Amino acid sequence: MAEGHATTNQGSSRLQSNAPTGDITTGWDRHKFDLKLVNPSNKRKFNIIVVGTGLAGASAAASLAELGYNVKAFCFQDSPRRAHSIAAQGGINAAKNYCNDGDSVWRLFYDTVKGGDFRARESNVYRLASVSTNIIDQCVAQGVPFQRDYGGLLANRSFGGAQVSRTFYARGQTGQQLLLGAYSALMRQVDLGKVKLFARREMLDLIKVDGVARGIVVRNLVTGEFESHTGDAVLLATGGYGNVFYLSTNAKGCNVTAAWRCHKRGAFFANPCFTQIHPTCIPVSGDHQSKLTLMSESLRNDGRVWVPKRPGDARPANEIPDDDRDYFLERRYAAFGNLVPRDVASRAAKKACDEGFGVGETKLSVYLDFRDTIKRDGAAVVKGKYGNLFQMYAKITGEDPYSTPMRIYPAVHYTMGGLWVDYNLQTTIPGLYCLGEANFSDHGANRLGASALMQGLADGYFVIPYTIGHHLATSKLPKIADDHPDVRGAVEAAKARVAKLLGIQGSRSVESFHRALGKIMWEKCGMARNDAGLKIAEQEIAALRHEFWNNVRVMGTGEAFNQNLEHAGRVADFLEFGELLVHDALTREESCGGHFREEHQTDENEAKRNDADFCHAAAWEYTGGHDSFTGEKEQLHKEPLEFENVHLTTRSYRE
Amino acid sequence: MSSSRGLNLTLKIWRQPGPNARGEFRTYEMKNISPDMSFLEMLDVLNEQLIQKKEEPVAFDHDCREGICGMCSLMINGQAHGPDRATTTCQLHMRRFSDGDTIVIEPWRAEAFPVIRDLATDRAAFDRIITAGGYVSVNTGNAQDANCLPVGRDRQEKSMAAAACIGCGACVAACKNASAMLFVSAKVSQLALLPQGEPERARRVTRMVAQMDKEGFGGCTNTYECEAACPAEVSVSNIARLNREYLRAVVVSEEGV
Repeated sequence: MAEGHATTNQGSSRLQSNAPTGDITTGWDRHKFDLKLVNPSNKRKFNIIVVGTGLAGASAAASLAELGYNVKAFCFQDSPRRAHSIAAQGGINAAKNYCNDGDSVWRLFYDTVKGGDFRARESNVYRLASVSTNIIDQCVAQGVPFQRDYGGLLANRSFGGAQVSRTFYARGQTGQQLLLGAYSALMRQVDLGKVKLFARREMLDLIKVDGVARGIVVRNLVTGEFESHTGDAVLLATGGYGNVFYLSTNAKGCNVTAAWRCHKRGAFFANPCFTQIHPTCIPVSGDHQSKLTLMSESLRNDGRVWVPKRPGDARPANEIPDDDRDYFLERRYAAFGNLVPRDVASRAAKKACDEGFGVGETKLSVYLDFRDTIKRDGAAVVKGKYGNLFQMYAKITGEDPYSTPMRIYPAVHYTMGGLWVDYNLQTTIPGLYCLGEANFSDHGANRLGASALMQGLADGYFVIPYTIGHHLATSKLPKIADDHPDVRGAVEAAKARVAKLLGIQGSRSVESFHRALGKIMWEKCGMARNDAGLKIAEQEIAALRHEFWNNVRVMGTGEAFNQNLEHAGRVADFLEFGELLVHDALTREESCGGHFREEHQTDENEAKRNDADFCHAAAWEYTGGHDSFTGEKEQLHKEPLEFENVHLTTRSYRE
Repeated sequence: MSSSRGLNLTLKIWRQPGPNARGEFRTYEMKNISPDMSFLEMLDVLNEQLIQKKEEPVAFDHDCREGICGMCSLMINGQAHGPDRATTTCQLHMRRFSDGDTIVIEPWRAEAFPVIRDLATDRAAFDRIITAGGYVSVNTGNAQDANCLPVGRDRQEKSMAAAACIGCGACVAACKNASAMLFVSAKVSQLALLPQGEPERARRVTRMVAQMDKEGFGGCTNTYECEAACPAEVSVSNIARLNREYLRAVVVSEEGV
């Protein structure tokens, strides 16, 4: 256990969840009734800043504008439609029970709490499950072309961690269609003059006045100019931090900067060590690799995962008979088979490769085989379901998955940790809200497939429109002038930091620092973690960060379009954040969900939770820096998690 | 896969320091490029080499690198997104090229997409076209149960095929007229095919077409380069539907446009 924290088993008084108590099924309704409202004619007096235009940001910005608030929406991409929600493939969960197979809000709630390995807040998860059905209705009304059956009604498929079919989908590009739906709602509000759009802007700091979030500092990425924008509340919907690992399924631009800047201004960062490694990604092909590509989890509906029984079996996959194959997921997890949750599937693949059973040139992959499904249903049916995924695989690898099995290996995909938020999605800074992947609230230690889209849209369409009014109605929010000292101070700080990055003029590229950080993270804080490795990682990251600030070479100037400078700022923040992530992993002395500490496993190599000591969300407070060289630590606060409805049990997908 | 098949290439890349600066082609020699690299990874390698030489790296737009965000672009040897059909630049791999090849790399060429720097262009015109009507007017909370509105499977699939547009702008870049008809028709078709799009059908198409013209995109002369260049395989039959929708809107619609 790392030292230096004020740790108690009681919850921190700084973390008030504001979650409703009592009957969980009526909690959200009762809570909504207790929230103060802003009357319709007053709404136009409030200005809301939304950072990020993915599912959470676009849906929030559109919904708030529809209510009458004035919204400014920001994204670093050239258009809000580029946000990385667009890359989600498989689908979105909703407890519609259209399949008549026993689904219900309660079951979706139960599956999500269990899938998250009992490290999520029950009340939030219940609310998520209960609004899931409204999301599908809303998206269909927008014209999202979900897959349908011949009768014209919506089709469903199944996903990992569930025994019902509750996943709605649009080919293998569900995220794209949902995002374009939210984007269209957003652009409609731009048309109506209620949303002002600021693309190619990167948030570099939060403006706080009297302890309340009142604005942001952004850099115009085309001109290099710094701009301040003030308002009555700030919403962060800036996505996850998977790129701290360098190689991940995230888009190249995904970063932790906005969240980290807010953390340094006082927003607690919760459970950063909860990172999700997705089992079905295309393996690394060489040192040039710049990102990893996911193959949708839906493939595990029909694909069978296996390795040869004999290590190093050199025969082509198709010549290895069934008797010589180990379908290890089906063997180890009879009840769920190939559809076990992501963390379980990923660790099983890693174990197979670690023990020498891996396939392909690097021996770091396992087969995902469609032979039996093609034989049963025909290639045309498989093409209809997964055509674009098969095509993508063929393009990247140069291999034909219809005739040879795919090779897959786990890759960093999603981050369950994020800024700590209460039931209203408010961070520990009043007036600063955090939505979607950027917050920590709903997925615990592992997210189930098709639940990210659900959460992003739940937060944006159906939670924040209710909860933000309470802040606006109950706070004193005097107008902030552009030359207010706190505004000027934040702008000057952002400018100084950019100037510092440009002034170092060292010899090592930003890219090489990012790759080096990613290697440390993946090797020592990836799918499996242990005390010794994490301690070394902390030291290595600190050393790398010190080298960065002395030896990085950033080209060009600050007064122009400068992608090298953008990357430098993001890597600088990852180098600070990475150490906190590792420290959180070191501090959490248990295994749960995506966080697997080798010291804490069962005899069957499954994750072993420690509910007595770690049934809490770990929320870190910035207290001047976290640095293994100087011994500085962040302050740990704990929010105890209580499970009154889904009782704490050992997660099992075996029977 | 083996790296012994490394390629030696000559790149001719458009360099332009800013929107109003004069641009020029610069030549770069690349050695031992792995055929397993993506095209953008090859440019990453070039940029690392330039930084080592204290030269400014080449600016190019990219983000998801899995063919869906629509941020990457590039005219590669005169073809939008390069030689492969149904493939974005980020999904193009170097195994498609041969040792000794010269590759010419330019930004999208269209007046409505001005160059920001080097290979990066400003495609905000597309956002403004969507703003003019590429949506269904339904506020959050208005929706009825999703299954109250059946949509026949064929119609849904046609709508989805149009909705697959990634908004990259290859159709414009490939067109000798820099026409945005394929892009506009994709959104108009998606919504015209669905009952949800019905109430605003005429208003949508007339406003989107007016915005398209205002942005300076050219007209369509049916050469179908757009379809050939489209990484999402959006069909030119959508342009025919756009024309029908437009005609219907201005001639017979009772929507009052």
